[in-house]
Amino acid sequence: MLLETIWFGLWGLLWAVFFMTDGFDFGAGTLMPFVAKTDDEKRMTINALGPLWDGNEVWLLTAGGVTFAAFPLVYATMFSSLYSALMLILFALILRGVSFEFRSQIEGPGWRRLWDTCIFIGSFLPALLFGVAFANIFQGLPLAADNVYKGTLLGLLNPYGLCGGLLFLALFLVHGALWLCIKTEGALQQRAIAAANKLWPVELAIAVIFLVFTKFATNLYDNYFATPAFFLVILLTVAGLVGIKVFLARQAFFKAWFSSALTIVGATFFGIIGLYPNMFPSSINPKYSLTAHNSASSPLTLKIMLTVVIIFVPIVLIYQIWAYNLFKDKVTAEDLTYEESY
Amino acid sequence: MDAVFLSRLQFAAATMFHFLFVPLTLGLSFIVAWMETQYVRTQDKTYLSMTRFWGKIFLINFALGVVTGITLEFQFGTNWSRYSAYVGDVFGSLLAIEATAAFFLESTLIGVWIFGWRKLSAKAHATVMWLIAFAGSLSAIWILTANAWMQHPVGYTIRNGRAELVDFLAIVTQKFAILQILHTLAGAYILAAFVVMGISAYHLLKKQHIEIFTRSFRIALVVGLVFSIFIAIEGDQHAVDIAEKQPTKLAAMEAHWETTRRAPIHLFAIPDEENERNAVEIGSIPGVLSFLSFHDVNAEVRGLKDFPKDERPPVTITFIAFRVMVALGAYFILITIVGWFKRNKLVESPLFLKIMLFSIPLPYIANEAGWVLAEVGRQPWIVYGLMKTSQAASPIDGSQVLVSLIAFILIYGLLGAAGLFLVVRHVRKGPAVVTAD
Repeated sequence: MLLETIWFGLWGLLWAVFFMTDGFDFGAGTLMPFVAKTDDEKRMTINALGPLWDGNEVWLLTAGGVTFAAFPLVYATMFSSLYSALMLILFALILRGVSFEFRSQIEGPGWRRLWDTCIFIGSFLPALLFGVAFANIFQGLPLAADNVYKGTLLGLLNPYGLCGGLLFLALFLVHGALWLCIKTEGALQQRAIAAANKLWPVELAIAVIFLVFTKFATNLYDNYFATPAFFLVILLTVAGLVGIKVFLARQAFFKAWFSSALTIVGATFFGIIGLYPNMFPSSINPKYSLTAHNSASSPLTLKIMLTVVIIFVPIVLIYQIWAYNLFKDKVTAEDLTYEESY
Repeated sequence: MDAVFLSRLQFAAATMFHFLFVPLTLGLSFIVAWMETQYVRTQDKTYLSMTRFWGKIFLINFALGVVTGITLEFQFGTNWSRYSAYVGDVFGSLLAIEATAAFFLESTLIGVWIFGWRKLSAKAHATVMWLIAFAGSLSAIWILTANAWMQHPVGYTIRNGRAELVDFLAIVTQKFAILQILHTLAGAYILAAFVVMGISAYHLLKKQHIEIFTRSFRIALVVGLVFSIFIAIEGDQHAVDIAEKQPTKLAAMEAHWETTRRAPIHLFAIPDEENERNAVEIGSIPGVLSFLSFHDVNAEVRGLKDFPKDERPPVTITFIAFRVMVALGAYFILITIVGWFKRNKLVESPLFLKIMLFSIPLPYIANEAGWVLAEVGRQPWIVYGLMKTSQAASPIDGSQVLVSLIAFILIYGLLGAAGLFLVVRHVRKGPAVVTAD
C-alpha cells in the first residue's frame, strides 16, 4: 500500500516536471508567430529553446514509461481510451521536433513558413490537449466493466475539459513568454514582456474559474477537506501566480519564471492530490475506477523501479541543471551567425 | 475493420520507419566522436571539417529517430492495451529504465553538442559526443532486452491473472538478450560504416575533398570490416540459440516441414504453406541445417508439421527475410575485404567506389530484413509461447486505428522525404573547409 502511494506521488511528480520544463517551449512555440516578426527574431526564439527542448521532452517519455512500469493497467487503459487525443498529441510532437532541426537547413521563405506552422501547431495542440485530457481524468471518464472505454474524442471537449485545456494553455503561454524575457533582447524581448503582462490576468482568471469549476465538476476537494493541510498546495500555487506578476513588474525575469514553474507544479499537484487514489476514475460506476492500488505492479517491480528512479532521477536533474546553466545567457544577434545555430 | 490487423500494420510501419534512422544514429555517433577526438588530439582542421560534415548528417537523422521513437512507447498502450496490462509488470520497467537511465542523457547532451561549440572546451565537447554515442547504444540495449523478453520470456510467473516479475537479473542477463543486442548493434554499426563509405565514395569519384573523404572512408572501412565478420560469427551463435528457444521460427526461416535428422538447407525454395511443403527446392544441402542449429550434422531438427497450424509463423516472409539478411551479410564481408586491399588507392578504384556508393541501401535492407525475421518469425505469438498477438490488442474500434494508420503513413512519408532531401542536399554541397578558428 505504502509503496503504491509513493509511486502515485512519483507519477504525479514526473508529470509535473514534464509540464514545468516542456511547458515553456510549448508556450514559446505557440507565441512565436505573435512575438517574433522577422526571421532573425524567429530564429532567436527557436535558438532560445533549441538546446533544451529535447531533454525536456524525455520527461514525457519517462512519465509514460513509469506509468507503464508501475501502473500497467492505467497505462493500458488510459492510452487506449484516449487513443485519438493521444495520437493528435504525438503527431503534433513529431512535427514540432523535426521542425526545429529542419527549419534552419534551407533559407527559402516558403520552407521556413512551413516549419514555423508546424512549430506553432506542434506547440499549441499538446498544450491544449494535455489540459483537456487531465481535466477529463479529474472529472472521470465513461469507463465500463473490463476496462472498456465508452467515450469519444468529441466527448472530451466538454466544458470542464475545455476549461482544463485553456488553463494549461494559459500556464504554458505565460511560462514561455517569461522564458523569452530571460533569453532574448531588443524588440523581441519587449514583445515577450508585453505578452507576459497581457496574459497574466488571463491566466489568473482561468485559474480562478478552474478552481471553482472543479468544486462542481469533480470530487477533487474531498481529499482537501479530509486533510486540510493539503490546502497549502493551493496556497503555494496562488503564491506562484502572484509572484509572477510581482517579479514581472520588477523585470526580475528569472524569479518570475521560477514563480511560473512553481505555479505549474502546484497546479499539477492540486489535481493529483485531489485525484488520489484514483488514476483513471470511471464516471459510470466508481467500482470500475482504476486506482493506485488496483492497478499497480507487483511489489518487486515497484521496489526495483523505485531504486532506479532514486538513483537516476537525481543524476538526470544534475546534468539537466548543468545544461540549463550552460545555456543561461541571452541569444544574441552574434549567436545567429554561427553555423550550428538553428 | 479489424483492430488487430490494423494495429499490427501500424506498429510494423512505425517501427520499420523508426529503424531507418536508429542504426545510423547508433553507429555514426561513435564515428563522429572518433573524428572529433582526432581533431582535439592533432589539431588537424581536416578532422574538424569531417566532424562538422558527418555531424550534420547525424543530427538530421537523429531528429527523425527521436520523434518516431516517441510514438512507439505509447503504441503499446494505445494499440496493445491487453498486452500491456498482462505483461506490464515485467515489460514496462525495461522501457521506463531505458528512458530514465539512457535516453535522458542522450537527449540532453545532443542539445549541448549542437549549441556547445563555444561554451565548452574542445575536449569537453568531444567527450559529449562520446557520451551521446554510449547513451545511444545503452538505450538500444534496454529496448532490445525488452524485445528479447518477448522472444524468450524468462524471470516471471503467472500470478493475479498476469505475468509478474520474479527475477529481474534473469531478464537482463539472459543469453537471448545478449545475442540479440550484439547482433542488432553490430548491424547498426555496419550500416553506419556503409553510409559513410558510400557518401565518401561519391565525393572521391568526383575527386573533390579527397583528404576528408579518404580519411572518412578508411575509418568506416575498419568499422565495417570488423563488424561484418563479427556479426557472422555471432549470428551463428544466435541461430543455435533460436534453434533451442524458438523452434518454430527456425523451421520457418529454413522452410523446414518434416522433422528429420541430417536436416538440409535449401539455397532457394518456394514454400507452399497451404499444402505444408515446398513447391520448389533448389540446391538442397543435407545436414547443413542440423549443423547450423546444433553444430552436429546428424542432429534432429523439428519441422513445421510438428507444431499445430495455429502456432506456426508465416513461412514465406520469414524464409525470404532470413535469406536476404544472410546474403547481404556475406556481401558485406566480401566487399569490405576488397576495400581493405584498395584502402591506399581509393581514388584510383572508380569501379569499387561506384559499388560502394550504390551499396548504401543494402545495409538498410539487411537491418529491416533482420527485424522482419525476428518479429514475423515470432508470430503468432506476441510473447513467444505465452501470449498470442490476436489476444493482445486494445478493445478499440478499428476505424480509429485506420485513421491513425493513414496519418502515420502520410506524416512519416513526408518527413522521410524531407529528411532524405536534406541529407542528399547536404552531401552534394560537401563539407565546408575549416581554416580559421
